Amino acid sequence: MDDLVNSFMTGPDEKGRFGIFGGRFVSETLMPLILELEEEYERAKTDDSFWAEMDFLWKHYVGRPSPLYHAERLSERLGGAKVYMKRDELNHTGAHKINNVLGQIILARRMGKTRIIAETGAGQHGVATATVCAKFGLKCVVYMGAHDVERQAPNVFRMRLLGAEVVPVTSGRGTLKDAMNDALRDWVTNVRDTFYCIGTVAGPHPYPAMVRDFQSIIGKETREQMHEAEGRLPDTIIAAIGGGSNAMGLFFPFLDDKSVNIIGVEAGGKGVNAKMEHCASLTGGRPGVLHGNRTYLLQDDDGQILEGFSISAGLDYPGIGPEHAWLHEIGRAKYVSITDKEALEAFQLCCETEGIIPALEPSHALAHVMKIAPELPKDHIICMNMCGRGDKDIFTVAKHLGFDMSDTEGRTAD
Amino acid sequence: MTRIDAKFAQLRAEGKKAFVSYIMAGDPDITTSLEVMKGLPGAGVDVIELGLPFTDPMADGPTIQLAGQRALDGGMTLNKTLQMVRDFRADDDTTPIVLMGYYNPIYSHGVDQFLTDAKEAGIDGLIIVDLPPEEDDELCIPAQKAGLNFIRLATPTTDDKRLPKVLTNTSGFVYYVSITGITGAAAAQATDVGPEVARMKAHTDLPIIVGFGVRTPDTAREIASVADGCVVGSAIVAEIAAGKSPADVLSFVKGLADGAHSA
Repeated sequence: MDDLVNSFMTGPDEKGRFGIFGGRFVSETLMPLILELEEEYERAKTDDSFWAEMDFLWKHYVGRPSPLYHAERLSERLGGAKVYMKRDELNHTGAHKINNVLGQIILARRMGKTRIIAETGAGQHGVATATVCAKFGLKCVVYMGAHDVERQAPNVFRMRLLGAEVVPVTSGRGTLKDAMNDALRDWVTNVRDTFYCIGTVAGPHPYPAMVRDFQSIIGKETREQMHEAEGRLPDTIIAAIGGGSNAMGLFFPFLDDKSVNIIGVEAGGKGVNAKMEHCASLTGGRPGVLHGNRTYLLQDDDGQILEGFSISAGLDYPGIGPEHAWLHEIGRAKYVSITDKEALEAFQLCCETEGIIPALEPSHALAHVMKIAPELPKDHIICMNMCGRGDKDIFTVAKHLGFDMSDTEGRTAD
Repeated sequence: MTRIDAKFAQLRAEGKKAFVSYIMAGDPDITTSLEVMKGLPGAGVDVIELGLPFTDPMADGPTIQLAGQRALDGGMTLNKTLQMVRDFRADDDTTPIVLMGYYNPIYSHGVDQFLTDAKEAGIDGLIIVDLPPEEDDELCIPAQKAGLNFIRLATPTTDDKRLPKVLTNTSGFVYYVSITGITGAAAAQATDVGPEVARMKAHTDLPIIVGFGVRTPDTAREIASVADGCVVGSAIVAEIAAGKSPADVLSFVKGLADGAHSA
């Protein structure tokens, strides 16, 4: 059979679809813009000078390549598989988000756009966008759900220090999906000078493919580093999923390596049940259309979108990137969910055994590693994506662990 | 020929401009909303746009967002919206009804089932904001086959190169969005809109109706005079939000309709 027929890496098609997922479900005002963006991106993709600029900034501004690290004590503690971490939390700004932001901002500059807008949940994408805008002297407006503004105060302050305007979103229920709605409303109003920098592998085509391509640096480096360290491919790769950009970035370069198990970890909140106190779109949702693409969504019987629930603001989104929806349906990747409680346990174990304070998002991936590693043989290699550091989350975690941060003697609350 | 086509043929014969009004189904509750809807033709409304509530109305400003939330909080659904249309049709078999909203509730209902149900309920056309021509296979083409008009939005960013694509599978009328922005935002300017309508007329014989940014009887007259008619949405919805009685809302609508019809 033709290799192309067997490849999982050829999507999306010319309509921006991965199977039935993806597409361009936007209002007419935005349609000419996303067609222009697609053209510009197609040009940039084969332009050496574009990638030369990316490589330079990735190396000197972001600090890439990020290390691939053998988590020896954690592996020992789990008593099974050999666990590696791809250390994207060591990037400038503390998460993988900047990989993509650099690409989009360079594109925006090529298109002559002077104003950048973004949506943010945990604030990591907002901080990355504000950072790159400051570097290039671009005006930056970040939409953030009012509830998230409250629970991610340090990141709000960071964005403001970096010169960005942070707009607390109160429309709808004031969460990440509403922030995305308001960003789209801004874009429709300021079409001529504004570039919408989307933070995940969702939205109308070409965003899911473009963001994946920018994040694929994670997987490309992992392949090379794993060959150097072990002389072979990993057996299992694992990443956390809200919209799914860090996961897509790790997964994509491995899609055609049939020996590699691919596992995406959704936020199970209080547990995936009928009460919808979770954000597990693939486990607990069904296909629908929102924010420019068809994908799995948390929704009621009438097609109204439901709010997700998670301890992690970065995973708190009722949808998932369309390419993940497709990988799920064809079975190339497996998707599981992890509860808040399990993620908190993984967070603590990582601190204690490795001296790494992880963000709550990758703590979900780590929690699944904790579940499966003990049953696997010692020569089984797992690589999880440590996509963000936990500085931003210490207040949330303290609260959940009953630790009173204002008490200088370190007594626990209650 | 749908009720929409018949209405525009009649208006054309009479040399009259069209007045189109928008209300959100189920806002603030089904009874009030149906009472307003039943009074619209008497207030001079030629075509009724009925909003289908959705949790994530990305093209709408705060006024219509909140109307949708009030409707949803009151338990409004797609099925109840269709029932409202049936109840309206019990007394009025001629006024065209265009259902306006977003794709997901329809997709969730199942496109074929929805088209059967909508046609049977007495809906004549659809305006689905997040279905551009690139996604015509989803609903536009099946809807036309089922005998419903699919009315497309054309905007200031729809350039001459793109316009034919936008018009190809459009029927009933063309809804020209007067501004780049969301509903209820900046005021429409007849001096901007006139040349745009002329630009579209060069590509189509369909009536061109202008919406977004029309709030007063004067603007309704000015905008209608440079097009085939105009739409008012947010201004009417704001009256409902202010708790005005259906009679007061309808007298406000009559002022707008008179404005448009005087053009």
